Parts: sequence; C-alpha cells; structure tokens
Amino acid sequence: MSGSRTLRVTHLYPRLMNIYGDRGNIMTLRHRCEARGITFELTELSIGDAFDPQSADLIFAGGAQDREQRNVAQDLLATKADAIREAVEADVVLLAVCGAYQLFGRFYRESTGVELAGAGIFDLHTEHPGEKTKRLIGNIVVNWEGQTIVGFENHGGRTHLGPAARSLASVRSGNGNNGTDGLEGVVYRNAYGTYIHGSLLPKNPAFADHLLGLALTRRNGDAELAPIDDRAETRAHAAALSLKP
Amino acid sequence: MNPRTIAAIFAGKAAGRASRLFGRGGGTAIAGLAALRLDSAIVRDLVGQAGAGTIAITGTNGKTTTSLMMSRIATAAGLAPLHNRSGSNMMRGVAAMLVEEASLLGEIADPATRIAILEVDEATLPEIAREVHPKVIVFTNLFRDQLDRYGEVDTVARSWGTALAREQLPNAKQQGSPPTIVLNADDPAVAHLGRAYAGRTLYYGVEDTSVSVDAIDHASDFRTCLDCGAELSYTATFYGHIGHWRCATCGNARPTPDIQLTRVVLGDDSTSMEIALPAGEMRVVLPLTGLYNAYNALAAIGGALAMSLARNPTVTALEGFSAAFGRQERFAVQGRDVHVLLGKNPTGLNQVLRTVAANGGQKRILFFLNDGIADGRDISWIWDADYEIVQPLTDWVLAAGTRAEDLALRLKYAGFGDEIDAERNTATALQRALDATPVGETLHIIPTYTAMLDVRELLATQAGSSRFWEDG
Ligand SMILES: [Zn+2]
Repeated sequence: MSGSRTLRVTHLYPRLMNIYGDRGNIMTLRHRCEARGITFELTELSIGDAFDPQSADLIFAGGAQDREQRNVAQDLLATKADAIREAVEADVVLLAVCGAYQLFGRFYRESTGVELAGAGIFDLHTEHPGEKTKRLIGNIVVNWEGQTIVGFENHGGRTHLGPAARSLASVRSGNGNNGTDGLEGVVYRNAYGTYIHGSLLPKNPAFADHLLGLALTRRNGDAELAPIDDRAETRAHAAALSLKP
Repeated sequence: MNPRTIAAIFAGKAAGRASRLFGRGGGTAIAGLAALRLDSAIVRDLVGQAGAGTIAITGTNGKTTTSLMMSRIATAAGLAPLHNRSGSNMMRGVAAMLVEEASLLGEIADPATRIAILEVDEATLPEIAREVHPKVIVFTNLFRDQLDRYGEVDTVARSWGTALAREQLPNAKQQGSPPTIVLNADDPAVAHLGRAYAGRTLYYGVEDTSVSVDAIDHASDFRTCLDCGAELSYTATFYGHIGHWRCATCGNARPTPDIQLTRVVLGDDSTSMEIALPAGEMRVVLPLTGLYNAYNALAAIGGALAMSLARNPTVTALEGFSAAFGRQERFAVQGRDVHVLLGKNPTGLNQVLRTVAANGGQKRILFFLNDGIADGRDISWIWDADYEIVQPLTDWVLAAGTRAEDLALRLKYAGFGDEIDAERNTATALQRALDATPVGETLHIIPTYTAMLDVRELLATQAGSSRFWEDG
C-alpha cells in the first residue's frame, strides 16, 4: 500500500443540481476516504467554470429542477462536455444521478417533440411522455452484481438505452429507467448513470466502495479499501429492502 | 338556497357525524367529500355569505400558524371566523368546515360578522381562488416539500402565477377588484408574483440584518432568477433562500417591503418585534420563538392590514398567541418539560434546529422521521438539512419513526456517533427519551407531520399541565 493516497472529486453544479439530497453522496465519498486515511479533495464547478480532464479522479453530478436543468444543459455543452468525455475515455469515474443522468445521454425529447442535445457520454436517450402521464415515483430496489442497491426514484422522463449501452442493474421493485424493460441505470467504462437517489451512496456502501475502488486503482494502482464501521449503513440498507415501492 | 346545496349540507353533516360516531380518523375529509359530490359549488355559496370577506393563506411553511394568527386577530376585532383550523387545507377540508358551520337550510348564522379565513394547501390555491375569489391572498414562502406529491417547486410557483393572472381577468372580478396579495419580499419566488400583478400588493420583509446567517443554507430552493435564470446574489440571508436578494444580470431585486421588521430580538420563549407600517409603527412581543414565527406574524399583520382590521386587536391577538396544533408546543410529562417542534422539510427543520441551538445548554433530542403520504414518501431531504447545527450541544439523541434507520445514518454523518439507536415504536421511543431526561429538565422532540400527530396524542394523555395548549 502506498504511503499517502488522495482522491480528487469534482462536483458539478452543486448549488443548481441539489434537489434530492445529493449532498449525501459527497458526504459519503468524503467519509469513506477519510476513515481510511485517504486525503479527500473536493472541487466545485458551476456555470461558466471550465473542467480540466486531468484534474479529477471522480466526477459527480446530481438532479435539478427543470428550469435549472435547462441552464445547466446549455453550460454543460458550452464549457464542460468535451472535457468530461475526454476524462471518461481515460477511465475517470463518473457518477450521474437523476437529472445529470439524463443530461449525459444523447438527447432529451420533450413531450412537444422538441429535442435537447445531451453531452453524449452515455448511449441513451430520454423521452418525456407529457404531463398527463404518471411520473415514476417511489422506493426502488435493484439487483446489482449479486448485491442490491436501494433508494428512491422520481422522474417524468423515460430513459432508453442504445445498443452500445449496458445497464447498471435490473429492477427488483420499482420502475427504473422507463418502467417497462426492467432495467435501471447505465454503465460505460467507469461512468455510471442512475435514477436512484435517497441519497444513493450513504446506504449503499458496497456501491460507494466500488466507485472509490475504481478511482483509486486508476490513480494509485492500489484499490485496497480497509473495512470500516458500516453498521448504521448496513442497517439502513436492510430496512430499505422491505419498503413498499 | 337551492335544493342541491341543502342536500349536500345534509349529506356532509351526516357523513361527518357517522365518521365521528365510529371513531374513524379523517372525519373532516369524508364530510367535505360527501358535500362536494352533491354540490360542487358549495364552497363558493357558503363562503360568499361571509360579510367581512375571505382571506386565503398559502405557502409551504407557516400557513397553519399564520392562519391561526389571522383568526385570533379577527376574533379580537369582533369578527367570527369561518376557519378550517383542523389542518385540513384542501378543498374537501374547507367544504367540511363550512358544512359544519351552516344550518340545514344552507345559511351561515350572523353573516355580517363572519370572515372566512382559509388555510390553503399550495397545490389547492388555484382551485380555491377560482371558486371563491378571495378579497386577500397571503403567500408565506415556497420551499421544497413533498416532491413526490407536488412535483417541483417551480410547478407550484407557475400554478400560483397562472391563478393570479386569471384573477385579473374581467370575468373573474365577480366580487369587484382582483384580490390584494400579501407577499414575502424576502422570498424571490413569492416576491416574483407581484412583478406583473395589476391588483394591490403588500410586501412584508425583515430589514434587521442582525439575524442573518453567514452562509446560504444547503436547503435553498430558489438560487436562480425567475426572470433571466442567472444565479441570485444575497447581501443578507435569513434562512433557505429567504433574504436580501438581487439579480446582477437583469437587475431584478427584492422589493422594498411595505411592512418592515426593523428590529427583532429572538428570546428563549418569545420574540420582540418592532415593525414599520405604511402608517406608523407597531411593537409586538410574540410569545413564540424562531425567526420563522416572526415571518408568520408579519404575514398575519399584512393580512390584517389588507382586510382593514384595526391595529390594536392585531397587537393584542399576537401578544396573546399560542402556537398552532403541534407546531411548537410544550408539555409537562413525568416531571419533564417536553418541547415539540415540527420539522417537516429541510428549511423548516433548519429553522427549528437554530431555534433549539440559540437557547444554549445541553440538549436531549428525540427525532422522528416518518414517510407517510402526509410527510412525503421521499426522505432524501434529510441529507439537505443541517443536523450538524445542534450536534455540539446534544448529549443524548435517538432516531425514531418509520424511517428511523435512515435518520440514524444521517445523524452518524452529522457527528452524533456511530451507534445511534433506531427505534420504530413511537411509545418506546418516547419513554426512552423521558428516561434519559432528568426530572425538571427539558426534552426536545422534533417530528415530521404524521409522527407529530402520534407523539402529541401520547403526550396529551400523559401531560399533567401544559404551558402552550391549543384552545378550543
Ligand atoms: Zn435576472
């Protein structure tokens, strides 16, 4: 094990994309690093700030309201999308939740038929079926790599994966990407997209460590993550398994 | 009265009585639904009899307290309120209250002295405005609350704007001019409603920046300008996105309030307020704590002004005020002083935590987190609330409620320790909290809405006496 390890995290639009307690994801990454003596460095980027693809080991972006998502979408394409794509191709870890998950796809089609271009990092698109169609709201449990991920979903858009995309998980209870094909989220290289908040990472410690492991391997060639006290995390995860969808 | 209305009142009264007789909860909703099913215009017809007019009060936080303040002010001014005070603030709750107040012939007694004070759910406001065309509408604030039920706050803001635009149309003015709107100048989403409004507006706000906080809360919902989308800047923040805001890009800024809180001192048990009004000054010692209650009082003063109620009864009613059901109550139980403070969304909870922390001393806190429909099923908001505020002062804490395990995890992250117990049984949690509190000392209970109902019932049966007790 190397002497001192560091994890550099970039949080995109922390003030504009913060609707579903996504701060909990950053708190979890910090806690799970610091409990293991790994230095945690956080950079926050907002509208107008450029992103340096060499500067981060892990990129996080959360959910936003529609109005703010439109501002963010413009800025993302103008100032950051190319650099994020470059970073993802170089195996930097990316976690995009909810609104950011949609923005990082190829396009978002509004119910009026208008298409908004996305960052094109994931081979997927999202369609909004119109205000008359039910939002997909509720507790969700998915099967992931022989384990479970738990949380809450709340989205009007239906996301469909393209041929080059691999889903993150299969839905055990809840709706997932579109409520029909039983799939949830997306994986491309070390980039992950999902609708699950709740917050996502606090009560899914295995998934949080999976992301940390990928980022630390890439940066330090050393993925060793010593066990830490996960009693409260495990208990919250177990309780969420039996919630009604 | 037409026969349809009379049948609806009969059905509503019968349904309400049956539901009370069988001890079923939700009696008000059942009575209201039964009446509305037979006569959809019943609310309009009965409210229309109130000689002093109708005032509607809406917003995310504070509408129950502000409505109760309005009701006390109206009573002190010699009026008899028609007030849906049971917290049933959707159309059916308003209908149920009116059916109860009406005679079987569809008449409200002594109509000249009646004032309708309607606490209205934020999503129901457009429907109420269309039905009753209130003389005054008071808007408290707009925060994230139950995203799973209302959708995004923007959706609510838009629906309010649409409702007000409709009230300005000539065919909506069946009762004369469009409503006077009373707006919180410090909330950009609420203040925005006055920008294009042709009717009368009254803004209220806090001028005294000594109560501002250093940083914007994590729980801040309107960070961008509603006109141009640029990020707002603040010279003072009071809580959430409430403060002295302006947009550097388009120049849109906080309006100068007509009702200004020029000086405020937040005490342990009361709040002393100096208020500048369009005509003169007012001093009030409000027997409630927390800046959010000062805002509620400003909203009620604005409502009273807009309804042309006199100033002396306003001061008298506010100074003699006791808190609304479960919002801020105190019970004497097993020799302990138990404070219950409702905390149901991140901004409201942060205000409560600041209020608890402001009084100093070591705290024992029992938190409840429920995920019932009335609480909001999505509990992710706890990650945006700043439980850290009270952590350094707390020497005993317990996580309770239907989502106790999630809450315990959040408290772990706030530094309360790795082994916070999670207790799902309300009675057990309460007894453990009482046992952990020495006799003569204070226990703080901070529940979400449905947990408040449960814990309040347990406390009320055990309470020997209580200092803040709801009358009536
Ligand atoms: Zn602007």
